[in-house]
Amino acid sequence: MYLSRLAVTDFRSYPQAEAALEPGVTSFIGPNGQGKTNLIEAVGYLATLASHRVAHDAPLVRQGTDRAIVRGLVVRDGRDTLLEIEITPGKANRARLAGSPVSRARDILGTLRTVLFAPEDLAIVKGDPAGRRDYLDDLLVARAPRYAAVRADYDRVLKQRNALLKSAGNARRAGAELRTLDVWDSHLATAGAELLAGRHDLVESLRPLVDKAYAAVSRGGGPTTLDYQSSVPPEIADSVDRELLAAALSAAVAASRDKDLDRGITLVGPHRDELALSIGGLPAKGYASHGESWSLALALRLAAYDLLRADGGEPVLILDDVFAELDATRRESLAELVAPAEQVLITAAVVGDVPEQLAGGRFDVAAGEVRRVR
Amino acid sequence: MYEGPVQDLIDELGRLPGVGPKSAQRIAFFLLAADPVDVRRLIDALTEVKDKVKFCSICGNVAEDDQCRICRDERRDLTVICVVEEPKDVVAIERTREFRGRYHVLGGAISPIEGVGPDDLRIRELMMRLADGTVTELILATDPNLEGEATATYLARMVKEMGITVTRLASGLPVGGDLEYADEVTLGRAFEGRRAYSS
Repeated sequence: MYLSRLAVTDFRSYPQAEAALEPGVTSFIGPNGQGKTNLIEAVGYLATLASHRVAHDAPLVRQGTDRAIVRGLVVRDGRDTLLEIEITPGKANRARLAGSPVSRARDILGTLRTVLFAPEDLAIVKGDPAGRRDYLDDLLVARAPRYAAVRADYDRVLKQRNALLKSAGNARRAGAELRTLDVWDSHLATAGAELLAGRHDLVESLRPLVDKAYAAVSRGGGPTTLDYQSSVPPEIADSVDRELLAAALSAAVAASRDKDLDRGITLVGPHRDELALSIGGLPAKGYASHGESWSLALALRLAAYDLLRADGGEPVLILDDVFAELDATRRESLAELVAPAEQVLITAAVVGDVPEQLAGGRFDVAAGEVRRVR
Repeated sequence: MYEGPVQDLIDELGRLPGVGPKSAQRIAFFLLAADPVDVRRLIDALTEVKDKVKFCSICGNVAEDDQCRICRDERRDLTVICVVEEPKDVVAIERTREFRGRYHVLGGAISPIEGVGPDDLRIRELMMRLADGTVTELILATDPNLEGEATATYLARMVKEMGITVTRLASGLPVGGDLEYADEVTLGRAFEGRRAYSS
């Protein structure tokens, strides 16, 4: 699939901007702070309903206005679909698919699929486990939009259970509160099992792809391993049997109840799991060099791209200012790997940052103006 | 900011559910310009609702007397109780004219975030109604969201030992809709809850 038109209104720094895009490579070139990333952030928003830079929608709306609009025309197998989304911070977003309103913005997920490479990706390898869990969950949602609901449900059950743990722990009014805790425990187990099954299955499919991508990016380095450290016992840590997982999770939650009550938070569950990454037998976090960490971060994104492509519907690749971060070898490897993709959108501060294989269409971005120069 | 009474009115209206500051302002100025008779009627309705409307001593639904219209109706089936969250859910189910039993209004759903626990709902009253053995079926019609499901699970566990049939309203596809527009969760539930089709 590719995006053939992007239009934004009151989005970030842009009162209004439009760009006609083509398959193949397109670069957005301009000095820092001129709005390049804002454009591809808008593309990412159409695909994921979230920004890769901020957790809340408020910064996406231009100062002094109360809503932003993003429109994109997606072409897939020769058919085009118009996606429109109205972002109003503090309220539910409204979305339209091919001109007709959808009841929930979530329903447009899956129409446009993207894989985004950004300087922030380094944090997947070097940062906290939360970044790695988000990497898995975002990919789950991209593959099957149903997981957006699974994830939201799990977060909500978790919040409810934590609220209950706090009030039960503080007041020590055991009786009634402990009885409702049983109910939340069982709902946590069911929702958590659904999420775990998804993650287990995903890690299984990612393993060979990450290893292959790492070898390609680092020109023969590796091997890499992905080890999902689950809240259920290791014997079933790759199981996708929801009932089995729910029972195991339920037991784990029950075992940790006293500690949970003391601390006032839920200490076991998919929200505490870790995706351990290693290169050549050593943990990536703490042992890998800066360059190796970058190669692994790129490999994780490339594997996501391979996986989505295998599912059908080739995703749009977005490379946000990544070339400037890479050394010459990695830059070249990455360019070779992404060049054959159906559509690649690149941002860079100077033309020299974009490898020659990727010279395609080009826009100059300056002071909120987007102008095609090639 | 407006002066004195106008701003007071806007502030009060703004506290109503679903009314934002802009709507509150619109309503306030509408009332200011409206005929005094119309305004008086609204005032009377507001006072009356607080003075006269009570909650049924049996089911917790809104009532004008000690008991609501449904609980007073002797033709209604005494062996079935349908548990709902709010009085407006009773009205919704009544519109179907399918249900001939009685109701029990909980007054909300279990939600620790909002500080609502089982003791804040009319669960003790429900247990008392079930104690004498007349009721044979309990229909759980709480909302099909997380809090409603949790409340349903909680109630089902409470009455487990009592030998009462517990049922939950089915979730599935809306009638008259298109299959293709159903979201994945609803469609998934509909699959789970499919039943044998007899021709």
